[in-house]
Amino acid sequence: MKRLPRGVGVLAIVSIAVLYLPLVAVMALSFNATRHGQSWGGFTWSWYAKLFNNEAVLNAATNSAIVAVTSTSLATVIGTLLAIGLRRLPLGRWGRTSADVIINLPTVTPDILLAAALVVAYGIFRSVVAHFSPESKFFDPGLTTLIIGHVTFQVSFVAVVVGARLKAIGNEQFEAARDLFASTWGVWRRIILPQLAPGIVGGALLAFTLSLDDFVVSFFISGPSSTTLPVLIYASVKRGVTPEIHALSTLIVALTMIAILSIAILNRPRMTKE
Amino acid sequence: MNAVQPLDLAVVGIAKSFGAVQVLHDITVTIPDGQFVTLLGPSGCGKTTLLRIIAGFETPDHGTVTLGGQNLLPLPAHKRPVNTVFQSYALFPHLRVKDNVAFGLRSRRLPEAEVHRKVSDILEVVRIGQLADRYPQELSGGQRQRVALARALVNEPEVLLLDEPMSALDARLRHEVQVELKRIQRQYNTTFVLVTHDQDEAIAVSDRILIMNQGRIEQDGTAEEVYERPVSRFVAEFMGSANIIPAKRLADHRVATAFGELAVATIPAWTSGTVAIRPEDIEVRHVAGPNHLPGIISDRLFRGDHWDLIVEITAGSGTSTIAAVSAPTLRVSTEPDQVNRVGEAVFLELPNDDLLVLRD
Repeated sequence: MKRLPRGVGVLAIVSIAVLYLPLVAVMALSFNATRHGQSWGGFTWSWYAKLFNNEAVLNAATNSAIVAVTSTSLATVIGTLLAIGLRRLPLGRWGRTSADVIINLPTVTPDILLAAALVVAYGIFRSVVAHFSPESKFFDPGLTTLIIGHVTFQVSFVAVVVGARLKAIGNEQFEAARDLFASTWGVWRRIILPQLAPGIVGGALLAFTLSLDDFVVSFFISGPSSTTLPVLIYASVKRGVTPEIHALSTLIVALTMIAILSIAILNRPRMTKE
Repeated sequence: MNAVQPLDLAVVGIAKSFGAVQVLHDITVTIPDGQFVTLLGPSGCGKTTLLRIIAGFETPDHGTVTLGGQNLLPLPAHKRPVNTVFQSYALFPHLRVKDNVAFGLRSRRLPEAEVHRKVSDILEVVRIGQLADRYPQELSGGQRQRVALARALVNEPEVLLLDEPMSALDARLRHEVQVELKRIQRQYNTTFVLVTHDQDEAIAVSDRILIMNQGRIEQDGTAEEVYERPVSRFVAEFMGSANIIPAKRLADHRVATAFGELAVATIPAWTSGTVAIRPEDIEVRHVAGPNHLPGIISDRLFRGDHWDLIVEITAGSGTSTIAAVSAPTLRVSTEPDQVNRVGEAVFLELPNDDLLVLRD
């Protein structure tokens, strides 16, 4: 292999350090016995213990889990169907390009715009629903609005990931399965879905981490009883960063990393031998 | 299916356009049961489209395709008694070799014991029995090709379609697979329709070659016929290398060329057209005679199994009615032990029955 100039290696190490030092610092402080300041006061699990006795934190964690699991399940089904539907629709070249743009757009739209739009939309829905049933609280800020809000941005990510996988599978797989007497349903069940599965799981894991980590959208549309972990952390940090927050952050980072690693393992290239 | 009558494949009046481009013009051909037919032509000649119409992946604009008298066109691809070996094999990457091969049988809900028996039998026929538990990614190109063949053949199709199945293999492996393919076709006595742009491959395996050009069948015949008796300039040039000579008809069996007057065995249907002769049909002589052209060897190349000679024709006598081209040359091939020098004066004999009168 050609040797790279020394500078490239140094630059890479510096870049990775800049990316990960803050996270490593937070992780280290979460085990630091000193309550205030950055000086090392010895190793302790006590912040984690306190965390698990904190009613507000446990509540927020439960909310986050409910929202993440529910919205991810919904978004995975909808996003996968969307990707498959678009593949099967007889769109022309122009139609396909527009469909791709429409699907991709939400993935690059700033969260703050989506959040503001959701607030407006829920306002409209509330007044419409109130017209028919004045007692309904369906669109009042709470877990339901959070779940719907998360699904709106998750669907795009799932559809993009699943769609890319579907494209990679290619037309010949469909034709070969047809040629070997498989019905339309048989082609999907026996050939396409098994090959699509890593894409679906990958899309779901991505959607899950997006929901778990989402602050902007959740901050705008959660109610007082539906605080999620990122929103709780934000509120706590305003009163001063405590070691409990470091412990909580460390747990969230760990969970996210597990999800990201799973995606990487699922999408690893298959071993080939020539 | 009841095999009382022979299952001839009949393609009648098939036409197909993609947008403004007509890729097939009124193709009609009957392929008898058990024949090995090759659709041969350059890319874009429509051969793959014709194959895909038979398989059921494309719908023709006009015409019918019948098998043993039964119209195939109303049947979707998965209900036709026809299987395909795809150009890139299209093996299912998530299934082991044995499950790839079993796919069609399981679609037809055969009992699992029978599936196992048939799969192991066919894997022996294509000689990859030891690879049954591998995944396609763990196989070489040649092994994948055999899996693709087994996966199609195991269904005992009435017609096996092969879409350039050897284009991804290197030359040595290709020769091996050609021999194998011919052996398997004889063993199963199934109609094979092979699509290729490689004339050597077509000659090696086919009972019959359909040469296609611009959506039409240019010539239909055995390998010997299309090679020895090309009907048109296109076929003559596509099947190996021929000397193409513009000519004018003088009498029924005489034409005038830039090289002088020549006798031909067939009567040209034109007054002005072309004749052709294969380099290996030209004889090098040292005395004059009928249909003998005087010339000087200007170059020679040793090809191992033959010599390629370039001969400048010095005649083009006054009897010619066509203006002589500057230094007209003919390509001649001779036996490896027949050594001629560059600069040697010779006579080239163009035997009149090897001098082919081409259609316009």
